Amino acid sequence: MQNNSQGAPAVSRRRRSLSIASASLAARIGMIVVLIYLLVALFAPFLAPFGEAQVASSIPYAPPDGTFLLGTDQLGRDQFSRLIYGARNSMGIALATTLISFTVGGLVGVISAVLGGWVDQLISRLVDVIMAIPQLIFALILLSIAGSSIPNLILIIALLDSTRVFRVSRSVAMNVAAMEFIEAAHLRGERLPWIIRREVLPNIMPTLVAEFGLRFCFAFLTISALSFLGLGIQPPTADWGSMVREASALIAYGNLTLFIPAGAIAVLTISVNLIVDWFLDKASGLRNGQ
Amino acid sequence: MHPLIRTILQRLALGGIALFAVSVVVFSALEFLPGDFATSVLGRNATPETVEAFRDELGLNLPPAERYLGWIGGVLRGDLGHSFAGRAFTPRAVSDIVLPRLANTLFLAAITAAIAVPVALLLGLMAALYRNTRFDRIVNAATLSTVAMPEFLVAYLVILVLAVKLPAFYAMSTLSPGMDLTEKLQAVALPVLTLSLVIIAHMMRMTRAAIIGVLASPYIEMARLKGVRPWRVILRHALPNALAPIVNVIAFSLAYLVVGVVVTEVVFVYPGIGQTMVDAVRNRDIPVVQACTLIFAATYILLNLLADIISIATSPRLLHAK
Repeated sequence: MQNNSQGAPAVSRRRRSLSIASASLAARIGMIVVLIYLLVALFAPFLAPFGEAQVASSIPYAPPDGTFLLGTDQLGRDQFSRLIYGARNSMGIALATTLISFTVGGLVGVISAVLGGWVDQLISRLVDVIMAIPQLIFALILLSIAGSSIPNLILIIALLDSTRVFRVSRSVAMNVAAMEFIEAAHLRGERLPWIIRREVLPNIMPTLVAEFGLRFCFAFLTISALSFLGLGIQPPTADWGSMVREASALIAYGNLTLFIPAGAIAVLTISVNLIVDWFLDKASGLRNGQ
Repeated sequence: MHPLIRTILQRLALGGIALFAVSVVVFSALEFLPGDFATSVLGRNATPETVEAFRDELGLNLPPAERYLGWIGGVLRGDLGHSFAGRAFTPRAVSDIVLPRLANTLFLAAITAAIAVPVALLLGLMAALYRNTRFDRIVNAATLSTVAMPEFLVAYLVILVLAVKLPAFYAMSTLSPGMDLTEKLQAVALPVLTLSLVIIAHMMRMTRAAIIGVLASPYIEMARLKGVRPWRVILRHALPNALAPIVNVIAFSLAYLVVGVVVTEVVFVYPGIGQTMVDAVRNRDIPVVQACTLIFAATYILLNLLADIISIATSPRLLHAK
């Protein structure tokens, strides 16, 4: 943090050396996996042989064959197509949640840090209260009041997760806000939005980018867990958490279908974690002038 | 006042405020219900008189502050109201539904903690001492993937190996009243294993980081340089200072257990409070949801408070403060 005192240009110049060529093997594997997931999510309608909720076969729980690559589910829908659409729904909803929680939490955190005083105190204490209840439990009570729908789900998880983003962005912004160049900007009479955009944000970007990856994983896992419990994304929307739930009755008979969506969830979060690990390593190395 | 006592009193006050705030949040759950919910709870045949009596019982006709006092007074006396389920016929007290389930969950959590805490501390300590060796790398890779996995995947992997491929246990952990301790232990074996795997991964990673942090401090290097024996460096110099972070690690993981329990209980159909809460949310049985939230949140706050106080009370810097 110390040698960042030249301000924004210094950071953006250093960030150029953060190229993919310097990535470790693990991080590269992570990037390839995430890329594949994104492509599948984007082109789901072209890749899936059947529709998301289309009852394609009259045989429920049909074993895999040439037409139904992963067999059919309890209603005769094609599992492979649902898996592909699931990429779009599960990732899309988690991404929307993370974007909202970042916009709200990040902005309020930075404003709180730069303004300080009673505003900061008030918001911080409010966040303390929200964080005193375990997140999944809080989500459950809010869902029981509001009912499960995709917009409710996104808003509830985003609200709860924004408290974490608030804490992180506030604490990094506090460090930056104490720097001389911020005081100088204040003294020259710059306005708050300008200071936040030009002086504070560029300096806290690396931390926020890493945090974005972690928060995405967290939102993704929370929503999957809620869907698995039957309280998140509702049928007929295809999503990996509910697919695990629907296939779970079969495991007692040695049918392993549920491991496909469950594995898809785990592979994505592990990959994002690998990228974040590399990014954090790299960012702290850059900061120390390596 | 001794700084130690002052800090502890401060923490107690903060814990009290957090509990109060949580109770207000939980209480307001009833405030946001749609206006016609009384009809949906009581059924279509409810007369205006029964609806009015129901609203009266919930205190919906009183001002909010008065209603809160009545509600929190009831909670403190163990009266959590009546379940919405089957409301029109036989109202059941929430405490009758929740308390037996709570006992089952505590049984599960206690056994998990008894196994997971020592194993995780030992693994974390060893990974820190043998840092960057093959042992450290293997343990790290294993725990990193466990942390990034959804709990239900861990649970189903456990079921796959120990109940399907190698039929040693049942995939469902049902408890019945006549069971003795051995049968009960056998019934909870798989959920305990699942929860242990999940929290050992978290706890071990944090313990490793805490110990590495302490071992990197200048006074440890000083002790080593002046020729203090290695075990003495660990026991006399490192451990007292690592105690506070380790206690925090344990509390954090036990608090995490509170959440992990919800998913795990559903997978294994275990009759605990997590399962109860999920069912209540599905049926929008608000009084039961409120009771479960209060129990989970209070446990979480008290565990964190306890950890704070222990780490303050054992902190060498505060103990010897002038």
